Amino acid sequence: MLGYVIRRVLFAIPIALGVSVVCFSLVYLAPGDPLQTVLPPDATAETIAIVKHAYGFDRPIPVQYAIWLWHVLHGDFGRSIASQRAVTLEVFGALGNTAMLALFAAPLSFMVGYGMGALAGCFPGQATDRIVTGAAVIGVSLPNYWLGLVLVIIFAVEYMVLPASGMGQSGSAAFTLWHWSDAQFLVLPVITLAMIPIGIIARTTRAAVAEVRSQDFVTTLRAMGLGEGAVIRHVLKNASPQVLAVMGLQFGYLMGGSILVETVFTWPGSGFLLFKAIINRDIPVLQGTILALSLIFVATNLVVDLLQAVLDPRIRRA
Amino acid sequence: MTCSALKVLSWCGAMAGLIAGALVAPTPSARAAGVLKVAMTAGDLPVTTGNPDQGFEGFRFVGWNLYDALINWDLSKSDRASDIKPGLATEWHVDPANHKRWIFTLRQGVKWHDGCDFTADDVVWNFQRISDPKAPQFFTQQFALSRAYLTNFDNIEKIDDHSVAITTKFVESLFPYDMSYVLMISRCRAQALNYDWTAYANQPSGTGPYRFASMTAHERMELVPNNDYWDKARVPKQDRLVLLPTPEAATRTAALLSGQVNFIEAPAPDAIPVLKRAAMQIVSNAYPHNWPYILNFTRGPFTDLRVRQAANYAINRDDVVDLVGGMATPEYAEVPPTLPYYGHPVIYKFDKAKARALLKDANCLPCKVTLAISTSGSGQMQSLPMNELVKQQLEDAGFEVTLNVMDWNALLDVSRSGVPKYPNVDGMNASRGLLDPVSAIIKPVATAYWSPAGSNWGHFGTPEADALVKQIFEEFEPEQRLALLTRLHEYESEQALMIFVVHDLNPRALSPKVHGFVQAQNWFQDLTPITVDP
Repeated sequence: MLGYVIRRVLFAIPIALGVSVVCFSLVYLAPGDPLQTVLPPDATAETIAIVKHAYGFDRPIPVQYAIWLWHVLHGDFGRSIASQRAVTLEVFGALGNTAMLALFAAPLSFMVGYGMGALAGCFPGQATDRIVTGAAVIGVSLPNYWLGLVLVIIFAVEYMVLPASGMGQSGSAAFTLWHWSDAQFLVLPVITLAMIPIGIIARTTRAAVAEVRSQDFVTTLRAMGLGEGAVIRHVLKNASPQVLAVMGLQFGYLMGGSILVETVFTWPGSGFLLFKAIINRDIPVLQGTILALSLIFVATNLVVDLLQAVLDPRIRRA
Repeated sequence: MTCSALKVLSWCGAMAGLIAGALVAPTPSARAAGVLKVAMTAGDLPVTTGNPDQGFEGFRFVGWNLYDALINWDLSKSDRASDIKPGLATEWHVDPANHKRWIFTLRQGVKWHDGCDFTADDVVWNFQRISDPKAPQFFTQQFALSRAYLTNFDNIEKIDDHSVAITTKFVESLFPYDMSYVLMISRCRAQALNYDWTAYANQPSGTGPYRFASMTAHERMELVPNNDYWDKARVPKQDRLVLLPTPEAATRTAALLSGQVNFIEAPAPDAIPVLKRAAMQIVSNAYPHNWPYILNFTRGPFTDLRVRQAANYAINRDDVVDLVGGMATPEYAEVPPTLPYYGHPVIYKFDKAKARALLKDANCLPCKVTLAISTSGSGQMQSLPMNELVKQQLEDAGFEVTLNVMDWNALLDVSRSGVPKYPNVDGMNASRGLLDPVSAIIKPVATAYWSPAGSNWGHFGTPEADALVKQIFEEFEPEQRLALLTRLHEYESEQALMIFVVHDLNPRALSPKVHGFVQAQNWFQDLTPITVDP
């Protein structure tokens, strides 16, 4: 097992390096100038030269990449062009806020999705299966920004029982999870964010459970006289590696923050930060956020791979 | 029950608790007393280190509230176009012996929010901060953000403790307008912080009607009244001003309807009936804004006056106004009729037959044009549907239009680089701020402002226009200068300088608890008279 862990960690290093190259170069492919939010429309060549030099954008891109990577390896993601604040603080502050959403949305979606999927998988082709599958398809298909707005209209505008947007009464700096006056700001974004993972996990679980149930060993278990509860436990355990892989991806999705959901709810997470960085062409923030999110994905996949290996010894022998 | 099952149950309990609590707890609405909470369209909080970013919205909510310029804007009236007025300078005049030298008499007895006195040294220090790379207080970001207003600034000198002289690069009678965009920050505070601008951003100090109270980066900024403000008529009447960047229009609307905020910028036109039904106040007013197509004069069909006139006759502006729910007025010339130099421009009333005849006469039928447009952006209104409608109207009259759709930043690059970099773009839809005559009608026609070093994007240039601009810059008598500005505006209309479409009416929605707001005919607004019922 240790050898497998070391091998997987070593594989992750070139992936992370590749991700850093993509993160750095991708933002330069988009049209627009990184300094156009601070430069006036009629800036002279002299003005542009002064500002480009001050921000280091006058160097060749490979040199900029090397300098950036060196600083990143030392924990310095640079400074935001717009706010002048350290990108590291910007990104990790936003990631913390997104993690708050993910920590509620992940268990909600995992439990509901897994429960629905398991239920449908145990009764394939029956009414329960059809209802659950239909609901899962709706969950996957609903655009989450639309769902967010509908929830806001119902609960914030019509019934006025939940706030429409923001993170806490006085912003994220004073947010206290233990006070309902702040915690209520979580409810609508969490439900909105959880909807797609619920649908995906339910469909995956349903398919995995139905497939395992049709395998010979299940017949054998029943022939050995095991009760239906014990059989289902075996079925669920055997279906779990596949479900776990999808849950890992969904956790990465939730941790990445949704640009649309966070923008609709003005939730100051990584998705909203990314949105603002794109709008402002704030390249250091854009690069830092994409890199951090990509590394979270790489790390999540690594953890899921290791968990799968724990659950299924065949994987680590492969 | 196993340990894992208990954990699962506890998660369920937490979520159920959250939802159940949601159904019984009071809403956060309407708890504020005398607190003005504004949902801005900006995606982020404007910078606080002097001239703000986020366009004129940054000036509107942060710049003009924390700071003053030597010359301010009079935003107290809604029934006439606003103009500049004394700010930190009580008086200014051009040196009779040298028309490049302007003398500013400074206001006495003004204090910065940090308690230091405002002096002539502060003014000199501020200009060095944004213009002299060798000065210790030079700040690249502010240099960049102020540059548009310093194109004609050459140097500054202190005359005495209460006056300074600014020398310009060329004679420009309208130079004082430039000074209304250069905000003064506290030298005292900046020096105390050793020019650490990140630290300064969290404790800015100006002379404006509000003091900085607190900020959560990207989320909210709170300002409180400066009760020692030098203009006693503008000491804020509310207890606190809270600014929230809320770029999504539907979210702003929901935040107002749910009582989270009580003042929103730019509600979507289709939300206005809903807001009215909820007893919200919808305020709007003419202001110096236009939504035109800026044209390429170096090549392509629009080099022909008849084609430009045809395009203007092809536009049914009333339909465009209907499309935006009446929150615009038809645009027949560059500036709205409320501005004093409007004059008597050609009125290009919708006439499809005339447009087609002009195209035929110009031997351009069908007339193929490529227009660069953005999906959204500052001042771009309902960009996509409006552009689709205009395309349809132009094609009905004989044009064949290709819309080159891009995001706002890409369009900014087209706008900044001009026709030298984008020769194949025949026109560009970019809304314009027309606050002062130089930005409004001089820069788009004078050859001195050809892109990329100026904002004459399409390289319009005629000897008549340049001569008029020269006369305007050299005319220091206001009445005579106004006549020349009027003539220039009429000339630009005769030249069909742009495809004129609409002027925005800048709608805002306010809670019924908000009183005293006067919407000036300006991009900037004065929030100080506002009171909010508890």
